[in-house]
Amino acid sequence: MKLTVNGTDHEVDVEEDMPLLWVLRDALGYTGVKYGCGVAQCGACTVHIDGEAVKSCQISAMDVESPVTTIEGLGTPDALHSVQEAWIEHQVAQCGYCQSGQIMAAAAFLAVTPNPSDGDIDEAMSSNLCRCGTYPRIRAAVKTAATKLNGA
Amino acid sequence: MSKLGKIARRTFLIGSAAIVGGVAFGYYAYKKPAVNPLLDGLADGEAALTPYVKIDASGITLITPRADSGQGAYSVQAIMIAEELDVELDQFKVDPGVPSAAYYNTALAAESAPFPSTDDSFTANTMRGVMDAMMKFMSMDITGGSTTVPDGYTKLRVAGAVARETLKAAASQKTGVPVGQLKTSKGAVQLPDGTEILYTDLASEAGQIEPVEEVQLRDPSTWRFMGKPTQRIDIVSKSTGTQSYGIDFKVDGMVHAMVRTNPRRGGAMLSFDATEAEAMRGVQKVMQISTGVAVIADNTWRAIQAANAVEIEWGTAPYPPEMDAHWQTLSDSFTPDLVDSTLRDDGDIEAAENGADVIEAEYRAPYLAHAPLEPISATVHVQDGRVDVWTGTQIPSFLRSNVADITGVENENVHIHMLVMGGSFGHRLEARVVKEAAEIAREMKGTPVKLTYSREEDLTHNDTRQIAMARGRGTVRDGKVQSLDLGIAMPSVIASQMGRQGMSVPGPDTQIVAGAWEQPLSIPNYRVTGYRAPELAPISSWRSVGASSNGFFHDVFLDELINAAGADPMEERIRLCWHDPSRKVLEKVAEMSSWGGALKPDQGRGVAFCMSFGVPTAEVVEVTNTDDGIRLDRVWVAADVGKVVDPVNFENMVQGGVVWGLGHAIMSEITYSDGMTEQENYDTYESMRMYQVPQIEVAGLENAEQVRGIGEPMVPPAAAALSNAIFAATGQRIREMPMNKFIDFV
Ligand code: FES
Ligand code: FES
Repeated sequence: MKLTVNGTDHEVDVEEDMPLLWVLRDALGYTGVKYGCGVAQCGACTVHIDGEAVKSCQISAMDVESPVTTIEGLGTPDALHSVQEAWIEHQVAQCGYCQSGQIMAAAAFLAVTPNPSDGDIDEAMSSNLCRCGTYPRIRAAVKTAATKLNGA
Repeated sequence: MSKLGKIARRTFLIGSAAIVGGVAFGYYAYKKPAVNPLLDGLADGEAALTPYVKIDASGITLITPRADSGQGAYSVQAIMIAEELDVELDQFKVDPGVPSAAYYNTALAAESAPFPSTDDSFTANTMRGVMDAMMKFMSMDITGGSTTVPDGYTKLRVAGAVARETLKAAASQKTGVPVGQLKTSKGAVQLPDGTEILYTDLASEAGQIEPVEEVQLRDPSTWRFMGKPTQRIDIVSKSTGTQSYGIDFKVDGMVHAMVRTNPRRGGAMLSFDATEAEAMRGVQKVMQISTGVAVIADNTWRAIQAANAVEIEWGTAPYPPEMDAHWQTLSDSFTPDLVDSTLRDDGDIEAAENGADVIEAEYRAPYLAHAPLEPISATVHVQDGRVDVWTGTQIPSFLRSNVADITGVENENVHIHMLVMGGSFGHRLEARVVKEAAEIAREMKGTPVKLTYSREEDLTHNDTRQIAMARGRGTVRDGKVQSLDLGIAMPSVIASQMGRQGMSVPGPDTQIVAGAWEQPLSIPNYRVTGYRAPELAPISSWRSVGASSNGFFHDVFLDELINAAGADPMEERIRLCWHDPSRKVLEKVAEMSSWGGALKPDQGRGVAFCMSFGVPTAEVVEVTNTDDGIRLDRVWVAADVGKVVDPVNFENMVQGGVVWGLGHAIMSEITYSDGMTEQENYDTYESMRMYQVPQIEVAGLENAEQVRGIGEPMVPPAAAALSNAIFAATGQRIREMPMNKFIDFV
């Protein structure tokens, strides 16, 4: 099976029902993608497929037909994405485990909603859990990221 | 400037030792060192030293022994060292070190002693001293009890200062310039002519000279990092997916394991059939372990799939199978023979009640899981005479002896490597995952085994927060609270937790009444009694431990009495409070929230106060009763930790603590049916989500004498403030959590 991740083509030989999450983490080493629940509840596994935020625990790798972007492909410490810049500015992370998924969800959301209202943000970000409770900072960081993206 | 006095020097004997190509600074363990923690990499002569700072030609390493599960502990510890050492925040790396008795946690032991944190009397301090010795004896190299900052506040700064002064002495020796003319900045000693000598270039000389032990700590007014916003050292990695956690750990040749153990916690495994599992792709082995079955496969997902395919017959649970019996046990525990403590007994309750209308109420708090977002994992590699363990933990020293017992390898040859944790909240005070991984790895000698729990295995085997019940009786007179008599029943968390380590703790368990008995209130007749209920399901320390239930019980009951007295909830709390820093946090939230100001229709506000872990904390919650249910609008919090070391991290931790307290109070519980945890994943064990989160405004006060940690004290008053706010908005008094059983929330 072929899989394009962050612009790199991979050939993987896995079961038909192996979720994209585990193929990314275990077979290909994209460990920035996190396992939190496996049942679409936490959003820690969020990646982009064709620019859309997808919970990678919910789709089998077999069914993925378009290129996948993980947090590692969104930006790097040396070349940050605007959303990541905003996350750093607001020092959002506590344990940080949910933040890959939060950032991926925010980036996909802002790409289609450049000027979100508070209500839009609350709604868009509500499928991502943060057990540490960094929500107030996520809210602020999403707004900062929107400004950055609009200015760019 | 505070010159370190005699006592401080005896407590913090900071010295130095030469290491290969450099120098290490740290403190000598109490008189005789216990076991040298630096098994790896230090030569013989250095045995007495527990390092906090290591410098060699390759760079500067700061050792931060308290674990980081997301609370910024590594950063905060590093900042305290760096402040005195004069290094920039990008000039060093941070290493959690290796487990050691010499890193024992003085502040945690002090909090375990049965004296309120407001008590500075001789007896109180003596008792704290006793506990300290016990702690050291038990080698509790533990992260917990919000003690990272208090424990390190002096130790780490002294370590930094000793290192700085010794490096100056080395520079003086090298150049002939008197020490008095030398300055330090950005990881270098500066000569009067402007020449700089890097610390890394002075390291070997510094290792050869006597350390300078008489140091002056910097005056807080000159601090560059402490008390100011700094960038957390892990913030970039945690914003780019490049932070590696325990679950991401890899080592060559590693296999993946998953276990199934009895969901009726502690019950036996009667039989199992692994035929199907053994035939699945990637499965290498299925083995029985002492608690159940382990499946070994070539990746995590295959191990989880195959483990779930094993058919197992489980025995019964050692505790009642249904919740009714758990509650009944608590209800039956309010008896004289189960009294565990009466640490608060002021005035005369019986006399106050005589002839008065007695207000009575009963409260409940459910079992709760820690459920950090990263499922727990551990990697263990057993070799001849050596074991390596990689995991995220709050109890490295315990783990080392657990693994030594299981593998038969000497304690000092068990190497615990601490990995970054995706949350803990007390979950990683337990050893289960490491014990199981060690058992499997023992059978697979030479092969590193990584055991990762599925979310379901993790959540259904969470050693939960205690279940608890309280009964209050109280009276009011002339618009004032006249008596408050609170009985609290719960099984002992400490007994359950220590029991799993094969230890028993003598005497009363102060956690049964923590968050209630030590409140700085001068109610004329005031009693808090702890009842030790028989052991039920396994329980453990959950963020703020006993206070997580008791802060709710105590303050909601106080609110009921204040309401009965017809007094203002804020004014009466302030009037009753005798402790200055505590009164000031109440006054602060009153000011921040403009308490007493006009509210919109259907709005209500509640205030709550709780002193826990020595931190007085007041919270005001504002809610609106909407057609869709209760909506949380705003929260104001004021807390006094003596010194806010990092204001950004402080605000983040406070907000997180409030979200934690409110979210669990509204919607979370763990229940048992047929002896098994009914909640298997986040769909049934719910947490607060973005749309439910109120605005949270934070103030950190610095009136208290002692420096304290912030991880836990925000939790206890949150639920109480919410219940009090709902009462103000609706007239409905909610005495049990989760509150969504009684009222709808948006
Ligand atoms: S792991 Fe996919 S949503 Fe939780
Ligand atoms: S930062 Fe820990 S779960 Fe979000």
